[in-house]
Amino acid sequence: MKAFLGFVKKEFYHIFRDRRSLIILFGMPIVQILLFGFAITNEINQVKIAILDRSKDATTQEIIHRISNSPYFTVTQLIEKESDITAVFKKGMVKAVIQFEPHFDEKLLREHRASVQIVTDATDPNTANTISNYITAILKDYQRDLNQNVTNFSTITPQIRLAYNPEIKSVFMFVPGVMTVILMLVSAMMTSISLTREKEMGTMEVLLVSPLKPYQVIVGKVIPYILLSLINATVIILLSIFVFGMPVKGSFMLLGAESLLFIITALSLGILISTVAKTQQTAMMISLMGLMLPVIILSGFIFPISSMPVILQVLSNLLPAKWFIIIIKGIMLKGVGIGSLWKESLILLGMTLFFIFLSVRNYQTRLES
Amino acid sequence: MKHIEWVIEVSGLTKTFGDFTAVDAISFKVQKGEIFGFLGANGAGKTTAMKMLIGISVPTSGAARVAGYDVFTESEKVKKHIGYMSQRFALYDDLTVKENIAFFGGIYGLGKDRIQKKSKQLIEELGMESEANSLVRSLPLGWKQKLAFSVALLHDPKVVFLDEPTGGVDPITRRQFWEMIYKAAHLGTTVFVTTHYMDEAEYCDRVSMMVNGAIEALDAPHRLKEKFGVESMNEVFLKLARA
Amino acid sequence: MKTVFYIVRKEFKQIFRNRGMLPIIFVMPMIQLLVLSNAATYEIKNITLGVVDHDRTSTSRALVNHFAASSYFKLQPHFEATNAAQTAMQEGNVSVVLEIPRNFERAIGKEQQAALGVTIDAIDGAAAGVEQVYITQIIQRFDRDLQRNTPWKLSTLKPVETIETIPLFWYNETLNYKTFMVPGILVLLVTMIGLFLSGMNIVREKELGTLEQINVTPIKKSQFIVGKLFPFWILGLVVLSIGLIIARWVFQVPILGSLLTLYLFTTIYLLVVLGIGLLISNFTETQQQAMFIAWFFAVVFILMSGLFTPIESMPQWAQYLTYLNPVKYFVEVMRMVLLKGASMVDILPQLGKTFAYAVVVNGLATWSYRKTQ
Repeated sequence: MKAFLGFVKKEFYHIFRDRRSLIILFGMPIVQILLFGFAITNEINQVKIAILDRSKDATTQEIIHRISNSPYFTVTQLIEKESDITAVFKKGMVKAVIQFEPHFDEKLLREHRASVQIVTDATDPNTANTISNYITAILKDYQRDLNQNVTNFSTITPQIRLAYNPEIKSVFMFVPGVMTVILMLVSAMMTSISLTREKEMGTMEVLLVSPLKPYQVIVGKVIPYILLSLINATVIILLSIFVFGMPVKGSFMLLGAESLLFIITALSLGILISTVAKTQQTAMMISLMGLMLPVIILSGFIFPISSMPVILQVLSNLLPAKWFIIIIKGIMLKGVGIGSLWKESLILLGMTLFFIFLSVRNYQTRLES
Repeated sequence: MKHIEWVIEVSGLTKTFGDFTAVDAISFKVQKGEIFGFLGANGAGKTTAMKMLIGISVPTSGAARVAGYDVFTESEKVKKHIGYMSQRFALYDDLTVKENIAFFGGIYGLGKDRIQKKSKQLIEELGMESEANSLVRSLPLGWKQKLAFSVALLHDPKVVFLDEPTGGVDPITRRQFWEMIYKAAHLGTTVFVTTHYMDEAEYCDRVSMMVNGAIEALDAPHRLKEKFGVESMNEVFLKLARA
Repeated sequence: MKTVFYIVRKEFKQIFRNRGMLPIIFVMPMIQLLVLSNAATYEIKNITLGVVDHDRTSTSRALVNHFAASSYFKLQPHFEATNAAQTAMQEGNVSVVLEIPRNFERAIGKEQQAALGVTIDAIDGAAAGVEQVYITQIIQRFDRDLQRNTPWKLSTLKPVETIETIPLFWYNETLNYKTFMVPGILVLLVTMIGLFLSGMNIVREKELGTLEQINVTPIKKSQFIVGKLFPFWILGLVVLSIGLIIARWVFQVPILGSLLTLYLFTTIYLLVVLGIGLLISNFTETQQQAMFIAWFFAVVFILMSGLFTPIESMPQWAQYLTYLNPVKYFVEVMRMVLLKGASMVDILPQLGKTFAYAVVVNGLATWSYRKTQ
């Protein structure tokens, strides 16, 4: 035990003496959470659009005025002919073109019906769809104002309540994801690299012939990283509360415990990677190339899992990140306790044990062969 | 008197890192074909001094010419005419013996035909015909070191710098290694070698002793022994290092 | 020139000899392209809907049927009480709860006015917005059906002025996400391969001690750097080509523009990425440090590329930051060339900026690479 403590101490010295790495390890997550917390959002805001007004009458002027007055759109171009649409889209100058048909005002008066084309650049289908919906909503508003003297149509008034996120802040959606990506990659990468490094440098053998047991060597190497990751997690949580106004409706203790669990899951994945990889290079490529995009795309961080093909929904269950995102959202935004999260927690625990089991097995076959 | 050709001329060479003076105004000359032993305890400044001479560390002050070029202003020219073998094995583990030779030959601009000829000759001399196409990683340490030395000599440099070349190899290999050194010196290559083994120091034409960044003694081994009135270089070393 | 050739040959040998690495470079990206492209969709469907029906009349059942009939919603078994529904939402089992009040039917009949409780799990704000639109649409449709059965109301009205909106989605009429995501994910994969491999490469030689051996040779800095980067440049182009084949034949992504334009851009783009990797390599001592910095930039570049969330949505300062993001330009160019058929002239701004970027980054990298300490 004493030898073990000494070893852990040595590992701490290693890490804390390397100033540059420390700055990287602590600084980068902070920069990232701040950067992404502000920048990653799909709220529509000041989108550049062009107008093709083939009527140029009072009504179209009024509508254009309304659109450009909304916070969502800026009219940056007025174009004259239909062929110009292709040109502005190809150059990527605007995301949408609103086209009014000729004699718009007249038609509205005589036929009670006039049409507006909303042409969107759907190379980004999501944004195109949202823009289209927003413009339609503005036009519908205008239409309602036109028909003020006509009796209200609708009988049923839905009273819509937006639970957990009444102001629909994107931050609520993305901060848990960013936190997960950071913890997952930093923890898995750190352990896998630091263990493979010892192998590559030949120092692992020295440790293994020491009176320390193999598991003590591994645990000793991992403990400082657990602490590092916990500090990172704490900083990220504090930033998300004080900078981004995320609530913590559930228990702080539980949040801490679950973060610790997730960190250990990620670390044990890192250990597993290190038993497979021979060089640091391989370890890094597995943990970076292998984990980065799946964690970003498949975990529910950005894309809703329920919309994915069934097969991928099943696949997403294999990602620890998915479960952790559910857990953080549950504790911070919904205020649920372990009563609702025991399943997710058990899955993370199970994964951790599985990773450790595999690592031990890989390790033993290596020693025997 | 015969004209002496100095291959290394060093005067007042100094390197400081902040407040710490790693190499303190050393001066010496080495002549063509000489085996020059560069001794000193760990941390005495040997490696730092050597790195300045081979042009990968910029001196703080002083002057040095190696192979006829100034290490301050013409370090890239110096590099053309020197060979270097570092303390750590620095050939590519994941290339074969032949590939390593071809690679370094290519870097020194040897030309295809010459690389092929040299490669064949070198492998023969080392007796590595059957290992020529195996990865360097799989060779025993002693072979690796001999290979590294041969590669350092590939482009027929005027001086070859060896930084503790025989660390960790068995006595037989060490002996073979020194035979290679003698042969190179005999063919006119100057050998500048650092070592911890005092028996190896006896093989050198002249040795210098570095203590705390300065050269405390410089002469032929038998003269040093006389001067200090001892039987072996080992005792010379102990006397100087303790003082 | 010959010297460069020797380095290139050596690098290629080392890459192809590393059995563990090859699948990571070639197979893993392709699997990810094939799999993840299917996952990256913002489409909202299979919305789990919970219902608390306090009314239990034919009207309330008709309303629920309207929802069940829509392809967007997946109806869950009814809840008996409000708090049961709440718990289900907390546990993530339903994302929308419809609460039909008692006397719903009677209120419609008597007062032609009725309220309806709708709770949406709004943690994913964007999804909540879309769900809100779907819900409103279904309720309006239900409303119209109701009124059709009560003709006494319509007769009293004067004609309504209607502005008809015709949405047209250019370049992607069916709003197919894959057309959008496949080229984007390919960009990310090519970028990561280039950045990680080049970022690790030189620092690895530093750690192994072989760099010192190179530094005592008379090789020129520029020769060494060109020789080091060239193999990764080729690898990047190979990965791009395989990816394009997958995009075309597996995902049927249209390729409207000229491939020549795309490859020209990519060759310059790769120089930027490799240069950044090299720069990282120069300023770090260990592979571990290099990888952390490379990872940092990779995540920033990816999340701020405009691929997953639109750049226009970012605050102004963040939009300015994206000017420094090479991935942004590549994503733009991919979309422009593949989906819009943009020509060389159209992508000139991106090409120009990327070229300038390449010059600056590689200039810095060459300058900061030191053969001496």
